[in-house]
Amino acid sequence: MTVQETGIPARTAEQDQFAASLHDLLGPGAPDAARRWAAGDRSPGLALWRELAGLGVTGLAVPVRWGGFGATPMDVVVACEELGHHALPGPAAESLAAVPVLLAVLGDDALCERWLPGLASGEVIATLALPPRVPFAVDADVCGLVLLAGTDAVYEGSPGNRHGSLDGGRWLFELSPGRELVRAPAAACARSRALQIGTLASAAQLLGAGEALLEQTVRHARQRVQFGRPVGAFQAVQHRLADVAIGLEFARPLLYAAAIGLGAADPAAARDVSAAKITCADAAHRAARAALQVHGAVGYTQELDLGLWLAKVRALLPAWGTQAEHRALVLEALTADAESAWS
Amino acid sequence: MSAGAGQFRAEVRDWLAAHVPAEPLPSVDTAEGFERHRAWERELADARLAVVSWPPRYGGRGASLLEWLVFEEEYHAAAAPVRVGQNGLFLLAPTLFTHGTAEQRGRLLPPMAHADEIWAQAWSEPDAGSDLAAIRSSAVPAEGGWLLSGTKTWSSRAAFADRAFGLFRTDPSAGRHGGLTYLLFDLRADGVTVRPISQLGGGTGFAEIFLDGVFVPDADVVGAPGDGWRIAMSTASHERGLSLRSPGRFRAAAARLVDLWRRDGDLADGGLRDRVVDAWIGARSYQLHTLATVGRLQAGEPVDASASLGKVFWSELDVALHETAMDLLGPRAELAGLPESDGRWLRDYLFSLAGPIYAGTNEIQRNVIAQRLLGLPR
Repeated sequence: MTVQETGIPARTAEQDQFAASLHDLLGPGAPDAARRWAAGDRSPGLALWRELAGLGVTGLAVPVRWGGFGATPMDVVVACEELGHHALPGPAAESLAAVPVLLAVLGDDALCERWLPGLASGEVIATLALPPRVPFAVDADVCGLVLLAGTDAVYEGSPGNRHGSLDGGRWLFELSPGRELVRAPAAACARSRALQIGTLASAAQLLGAGEALLEQTVRHARQRVQFGRPVGAFQAVQHRLADVAIGLEFARPLLYAAAIGLGAADPAAARDVSAAKITCADAAHRAARAALQVHGAVGYTQELDLGLWLAKVRALLPAWGTQAEHRALVLEALTADAESAWS
Repeated sequence: MSAGAGQFRAEVRDWLAAHVPAEPLPSVDTAEGFERHRAWERELADARLAVVSWPPRYGGRGASLLEWLVFEEEYHAAAAPVRVGQNGLFLLAPTLFTHGTAEQRGRLLPPMAHADEIWAQAWSEPDAGSDLAAIRSSAVPAEGGWLLSGTKTWSSRAAFADRAFGLFRTDPSAGRHGGLTYLLFDLRADGVTVRPISQLGGGTGFAEIFLDGVFVPDADVVGAPGDGWRIAMSTASHERGLSLRSPGRFRAAAARLVDLWRRDGDLADGGLRDRVVDAWIGARSYQLHTLATVGRLQAGEPVDASASLGKVFWSELDVALHETAMDLLGPRAELAGLPESDGRWLRDYLFSLAGPIYAGTNEIQRNVIAQRLLGLPR
């Protein structure tokens, strides 16, 4: 499809409003919830997840038939961008995107009936691993449903060793296969769809986190005075933050276009999801490096919340596929047929 | 996209396939090449494809911005000639649509569309480059008009063009930004001397203009005397943003880069491979971003200040893309007359190097982004 056929890569006014309501909900409590999550106290974080369920976030990717909203990938992206903006702890890309899509595409009525209504209502939080690209299951200990999606079959996942993460908002679990749920070929198709929506959701979180880092850094640079002037008046600082703004600005349309393409079953959607992940991750990483540098020593402490976003960006950067893996996927798609590079 | 727009794409594609010269035209920076490009512009105009988004009475089709993007994609995909009229078409015309009078539009736009008058820009001066408000060239009142004096430089296309537009100081007491007036003048008028300047690649893409008491009638003042800075800044954001650098150019170059990689790429060179991917992604991002900008314009939202984001992005993308092509070509990259399509890589590479400098250097753009968009202190 040409970009004109796909549609304008931007949010609608309704999606802006939806994001604003999530912003209002998460704004006050999310950083504290993230700190407590890291310390092992999940209760404030889970309380926020329940409130998100009240706004419909947990039901976005669940089909209407199973009690959800059957919303578009673009709606999921708008929600995940806002979650990233607030560094919300917990298995967002997994529970809000990858698991519901995996189950819906598998199409096994018994499985769907067993799990999707609970996922939609928020009673169940879910996580999964899709080795080798997603080797660990995030926060399996708070999840009522843990899946292991291999290339041959989808299994219930049995959590083993637990690892702390650089990002305290993520606890990582090794999984071993439990009961086999569905075999290939249905499993292979569902796995690839789950990988795409999960990758897209993580790209959205990265973009949101990058935006939050830029906002906090601009605020700091306007207030912090050295040599008798705000540090944000120095050109070295201004130009570095301008580059951060450019990176985020030009990542956004790739993210939204990939979401719209995925929703429209565009054959190039997998390529565009990879391109969005590469670019959102690079933009967020640049934002994180600039944020720490401009904050200086105080950015390197726990006295500010800044570290929550710095850690989340660095943790999500290679999650759902490394930059090298996604670049290889894009190039493969571009060189597979002569027309692809023009679409 | 509507069926009508799909038909429009097909019409443009078919017309270009039938009319784009098989052999590239001689360089636009030679006397012969300039006139060949003028003739090409007239072919476009006669097919009503020179200015598709203008109203029909000035030679356009009243096409939507989305259709304009389609035209640009097809134009660059067909490797059609450089638009010799681009200063007028993409910089002066939008200014006339916004700030000109109906009389000026009726008198100036049709000959511009038909390339009977090709325009040069005359912004910079020897002491007013990035610091454009330091302009010293003056216009003093005379019977029925103004007399221009001073020096303009880096004036694109001025070596062979017919007319020029620029800013002149009309009230030296009104401060740096006040007292500037937007004026149009004839490059062949009495008192005008044009000295072509050889560029990095050897062509004379720009020139120095010496003005010594050059008469300009009142009819050729755009907007009110003294209001030139505001008017020029609105032109500058056209130059930085949507109109001068259409995404079609980068999309076509990125697709050719992927072709070059497919043919010559060394699979073991992961660094170069990543640069090919990033250049393609960057071009697609610019294309999608432009589409989003068109959506905002259609919704009546202003986009002026954010044009600086785009200017830095496309100019750095263009350099990175062409540096990657040069590295892919390896030792053949320096050859001036490579066969097939390769000859254009070197030419376009040299052109890309100017991007971060013209239309306001990228340093100035970053100042604008930091101060006006992010709200950092001056």
